[in-house]
Amino acid sequence: MMADSLAQKIIARAAGRSSVMPGEVVTARVDLAMIHDSGGPRRVEPILRDLGVGLFDSSKVVLISDHFVPGDTPESADILEFTRDWASQHRVTFHDGQGICHVVLPERGHLRPGMFVVGGDSHSPTGGAFGTYMFGIGATEMAGVLATGEIWLKVPQTILIEWRNRLSEGVTAKDMMLALCARIGMGGGRYQAIEFAGSTISALSMQERMTLSNMAAELGAQAGLIAPDETTVAYLRKAGTDVDAWQDLKTDIGAPLLDHLLFDGAALEPQVAAPHSPANATAVGDAPQTSIDVAYIGACTGAKYEDLKGAAGILRGRGVAAGVELLVAPASKRDQERAADEGIMKVFEDAGARILANACGICAGYGADRLGAGVTCISSTARNFKGRMGAPSSQVWLASPLTVAASAIAGRIADPRNFLTLEISAI
Amino acid sequence: MSGKVFLFGDDVDTDQLAPGAFMSGGIEALAAHCLEGLRPGFAEQAKTGDILVAGWNFGMGSSREQAAEALKHLGLAGVVALSFAGIFYRNAINLGLPVLVAEDLTGVADGDAAQLDVEAGKLLLTDKQRTLSLEPLPDNLKQLLADGGLVAHLKKRFAAARREGTAS
Repeated sequence: MMADSLAQKIIARAAGRSSVMPGEVVTARVDLAMIHDSGGPRRVEPILRDLGVGLFDSSKVVLISDHFVPGDTPESADILEFTRDWASQHRVTFHDGQGICHVVLPERGHLRPGMFVVGGDSHSPTGGAFGTYMFGIGATEMAGVLATGEIWLKVPQTILIEWRNRLSEGVTAKDMMLALCARIGMGGGRYQAIEFAGSTISALSMQERMTLSNMAAELGAQAGLIAPDETTVAYLRKAGTDVDAWQDLKTDIGAPLLDHLLFDGAALEPQVAAPHSPANATAVGDAPQTSIDVAYIGACTGAKYEDLKGAAGILRGRGVAAGVELLVAPASKRDQERAADEGIMKVFEDAGARILANACGICAGYGADRLGAGVTCISSTARNFKGRMGAPSSQVWLASPLTVAASAIAGRIADPRNFLTLEISAI
Repeated sequence: MSGKVFLFGDDVDTDQLAPGAFMSGGIEALAAHCLEGLRPGFAEQAKTGDILVAGWNFGMGSSREQAAEALKHLGLAGVVALSFAGIFYRNAINLGLPVLVAEDLTGVADGDAAQLDVEAGKLLLTDKQRTLSLEPLPDNLKQLLADGGLVAHLKKRFAAARREGTAS
């Protein structure tokens, strides 16, 4: 019996093969294609028309509007209108204004372990947290998938990233990923499959695991997988998804690995990444004294329910420093509703935050709140490339939602462990 | 066709190639701002046949294919780099923009007169009378590029399937 990686097992099934080897080029059938309003209908429709074909299977296409939401300019309103018309013409499942695609997709029960899925967005590896082989592609490639139902890929090698021991209080999945960006670099994933494993990961909630898989994109990996376990199954059952036969969806002992890296979760400190790369990460205590103008809690990476809860634990009973603007853009409507029910949104409001739409917003450089010239921002998002969130002269530091909250209170980059209170568990 | 080399460093990201602020417009408006953060005036300076040469991990970041489309729109003959980010690499081939990996770029300077031979996998530095060997493209990607990108490739495939369908 051959020892296979999780990636090999999923790809072999999707390619209709009994087994596949890393390095070989195969054609696989997709179980699902996810598209959004930016790279989706407005880009794929002209190509489908040109090809003279329709969708390979409209029941396997999910459309989510998140980039041009809330549609507050004539251009973005037009794009959203086109998106809505396309959804009804093609009778695809459409989640409109419900939040960011990577969070909405599993929340609404579209992902299951073992699926082979493409998404029209670079943070598509997020789906890997559910034991789904999911990766991002551009719009023309997506049009090809929508026309044929298939895509070629080179079977990836697996880079096993093992974390042992529980994270300390005030340290999160986001800190793990920033530390990894610094350690292996933005191309360290080499467009292969990263698989996260170990006792640190086993102890994480699904949304924290999603943050790991999400930022596999920042490591340059094609996918960021986590083998399903009881935590995965419990999340999916709650989302209304039937899960069966997931136990074999794991990397076999003795499977070929490109690399195996080992980290100690208990020793990790909160991280911040200096402008203009996630790879510029250091422990927060080693960062230079830096005053901030804007604190942003947003994006699929850093504004899910768990992220909001963690940030609110720091902010509760405290206010934002004078001269600092705290912006909170919850990653999904459902997560925001849950946070509101539990008093978390009120903590943000009481602290003086401005609440933005459930959308990609300034993380992707879209919308009215883009950073102005010379603005210094600390952000819970995934990328701080020069000019991504606004003016090329803006300075963006990346951190966990907790560190962003602590910095908003202090008015400068601050260690969230100095703001931990017993009230976190009471929220 | 010959042109000149535009030399860039490592980790050139898609927000430099296709800034988010211009994503709601067409490719013309977007391409006008291509790489302006790293090299002001790039869009005006780039001429048909020019070649972008870069270090590691070119095109990292977003899946927005306008990053590759903008370079094609500006008339670049292709990109040569030490390595490419995966999604950008696929997008470029799908749009018919040649992207080739070089093992070593020692001696290549900004402004060098150059010519890209995609078929042979060579970058000719015409004034320096030097030739750099580039990694050959896999056969499936060579075919995609030769067909003119993914859309043209699929048209050909669908036409063949229709002919077969009619014949049988």
